[in-house]
Amino acid sequence: MTQPPARPPLPSDDKRWKLVNATMRRNGYAGHALIETLHSVQDAFGYLDETSLRFVAASLDLPVSKVFGVATFYHIFMLKPKGRHTCVVCTGTACYIKGAGGLIEGLQEHYGIDPGETTGDDRLSLLTARCVGACGLAPAVVVDGEVLGKQATDTLVATLEELS
Amino acid sequence: MHLEDLAEQAAQYRNEDAHIEREVRVCVAASCQSSGSLPVLEALKSACDTQGAGSCKVKGVGCMGLCSAGPLVAVADKDCALNESVLYRDVTPDDAPDIMASVCSTPVERLRCPTDQPFFSRQQRIVLEHSGLIDPDSLRGYIAVGGYAALVRALTEMTPADVLREVTTSGLRGRGGGGYPTGLKWSTIAKMPPGQKYVVCNADEGDPGAFMDRAVLESDPHRVLEGMAIAAYAVGASKGYVYVRAEYPLAVERLETAIRKAKRAGFLGAKVADTQFAFEVEIRLGAGAFVCGEETALMASIEGLRGQPRPRPPYPAESGLWGCPTLINNVETFANIAPIIREGGDWFAAIGTEGSKGTKVFALAGKIKNTGLIEVPMGTSLRDIIEVIGGGIPDGRAFKAVQTGGPSGGCIPEAHLDIPVDYDSLKTLGTIMGSGGLIVMDETSCMVDVARFFMEFCMSESCGKCIPCRAGTWQMHALLDTLTKGRGTRADLALLEDLCDVVRATSLCGLGQTAPNPVLSTLRYFRDEYEAKLLGDA
Repeated sequence: MTQPPARPPLPSDDKRWKLVNATMRRNGYAGHALIETLHSVQDAFGYLDETSLRFVAASLDLPVSKVFGVATFYHIFMLKPKGRHTCVVCTGTACYIKGAGGLIEGLQEHYGIDPGETTGDDRLSLLTARCVGACGLAPAVVVDGEVLGKQATDTLVATLEELS
Repeated sequence: MHLEDLAEQAAQYRNEDAHIEREVRVCVAASCQSSGSLPVLEALKSACDTQGAGSCKVKGVGCMGLCSAGPLVAVADKDCALNESVLYRDVTPDDAPDIMASVCSTPVERLRCPTDQPFFSRQQRIVLEHSGLIDPDSLRGYIAVGGYAALVRALTEMTPADVLREVTTSGLRGRGGGGYPTGLKWSTIAKMPPGQKYVVCNADEGDPGAFMDRAVLESDPHRVLEGMAIAAYAVGASKGYVYVRAEYPLAVERLETAIRKAKRAGFLGAKVADTQFAFEVEIRLGAGAFVCGEETALMASIEGLRGQPRPRPPYPAESGLWGCPTLINNVETFANIAPIIREGGDWFAAIGTEGSKGTKVFALAGKIKNTGLIEVPMGTSLRDIIEVIGGGIPDGRAFKAVQTGGPSGGCIPEAHLDIPVDYDSLKTLGTIMGSGGLIVMDETSCMVDVARFFMEFCMSESCGKCIPCRAGTWQMHALLDTLTKGRGTRADLALLEDLCDVVRATSLCGLGQTAPNPVLSTLRYFRDEYEAKLLGDA
C-alpha cells in the first residue's frame, strides 16, 4: 500500500486557505481538480500568486510547472492582483461591430492604462473578455461582475467615476 | 417511478396553482437582468401584494427572446404561450403599479410590445418551448409542464436500443456546429464494450456572438439534464459532466440548483426514477479558452490539463475522458432530446429540410433592429430571419453582410440571402451553421477590418500546440493589419491567400482549420474592398 502524499501546511493562517482546501478535499485531492482549485484560489484571493500556485501544486501532488502551465493557459486566471474595481469590456463580434473598440480607446485615454492594467491608485483594472454572451445588449461591459449593456464611453466613465 | 406517478405529480402541482388565473412573468435571464429586470420583479411582487390580486402570480422566468427590448414582462392567462400574452418592453420598477392594475383590465399601451409581429409569430419553439414560461429555478414548474416524463418513459418503457432508434429516426444533427448525426454518434458509443462511459455536455459557448446555450441553461436547465440522462441511459454511461464557461455565472448557478433539486427528487443519482439506472452529473468550469470548444481540448480541460487538442482518431466515442468512451454533445442538442422521446422521432423529422431536421436557435446580434434569440425551422431563409423576423437594419442603413458560425464561419452578402438555412446550404456558401450566432453588419463595416478582427481572435486563442495555427494565424493577422492600413501590396494579398490554404490544410484542430474562413469568405464576396486598399503595383 502506498501512503497518500502528506498534505502541505497552509501557507498562512488566512482563513481563505480553508476555502481552497475545501475545494481540493471535495474533489479527493485529485490532480484533475486543478482548474476547480485555481478558480477557488482566485475567487478567494482575487488572483494567483506564487505562494498559492506552489501550495496547490504540493497539495495535489503535481509539478509546479504543470500548475503554472495551466494557470497561464486560461485567460480567466490572473497572476497579478486586480484593482478594487474591475471593468471588463466585451470584445466579442457583436460588441466589436457596435463599437467596443471605441470604448476601450476611451477608457485608455481617460485612465491612461491599457487592457490588463490597473490604475496607479489600485482603484480600477481594465480588462477585456472574448464574449460575455450579452450580444443583444452590445456593446456590453462588466463592471464589478454586473453586466451593463448598450454602453458609450461617456456614460461608462461616469459609471466608473461613481464607484467608491 | 411510473409514468402515471409523474403525471399525477404534475397534475397535483398544477392543482396547487389552480387558484391562479393570470401570471405576470418577468424575464430573469442574464440579458434582461443586465437591463434591470430584478428590481422590476421586486416592484411587481410588492405591487401584487399591496394591490391584492389574489388570483395573480408574479414570477421570474427565462428568456423571452427579444433581448434588445428588455426588461421584458409578459402578462398572460396561466399556461398561455408567449405570443398569446400581453408583452411589455423597457419596463422600469415605476411601471409596476400600472402593470398590476392592468392585469384584469386594459393593457398599459405606452409599454406594449406587440406579440403579433413576425419576431414572435414566425418562430417555432421546441428547444425554447418552456423558455419565458417557467421559473428556471423551480423543479415543480418543470414537472408541471411535463418535464422528466421523457426520461421516465425512456427508463420504464423503452430499451436503450429503442431510444437510439428514436433519436436516429429524428435525424437530429449536432447543434454545436459540426452537424454530425446525433443518432450515429450515440450508437457508436452504445456499441463500445460495457464499462465506464461518460456523457459530456459542451456548454463552453466560446463563439463570440452566440448566446443560445447561455439562454437555454438560464431558462430551462432541467431540460438539458433530462436530455443528458436519456443519452446516458441510451449509451450506457453512469457519469456526466457539464463543461460551462466561467463567464456565465448565472447559468452555472441555475444549473447547480437544478442538479441539486433533480438529485433530491430522484431524477439524477443512484437509482434514477426508482430504476436500476444510475447517473451522476457534475459541473466543470471552463476558464476562458476558445479552443476548449474543440472536443479533445475540452476533455483535456475536464481532466485538469491545459485545454490543448490532440489528433483524432481515436475519437472520444472510443477513447475520451480518461481513455473511456465519451459522448460529447452541445447544450442545444441535449435540449432537443426530451421532445423527440415525447413526440417520437418521426414528428421531429417532419420539421426542417431534407438534410437538416428540426429547428435551430439563432442569436441575432449586430446591426439589426430586433436583437435576441429566435428559434425557427431549418430551411427558413436568411432574408426572412434578418429582414422579417429581425426587423431589418436600423437607422436607414443598407445591409452589407451577415456572419454565421463565429470565427470559424464566414460572411454572406446580400446576393445569397434567399438561401434556406441548413447545414449543407451554408457550406456551399463557404460558411457554416456553427452554433447559431448571426451577426449582421451594415454598410459602415469594412470587411477587411472584420477579417482582421477574426484573425486577431484566432491568433490570440490559438493554443500554440501546432505550428500552422500558432505561426500562421500570427502571420495572417500581420498581413491583414498591413492591408487595413492601406500599406499592403498585391504580393501581400497573394501570400495571404496562400497562407489560408496552408493553415486550413495542416492545422491540428478545428480552430486552425477554420481560422482562414472569415478571410476566404470576405475575399470571395468582397474582394473589391481588399483591392481598394492595396498600394499601387509598382
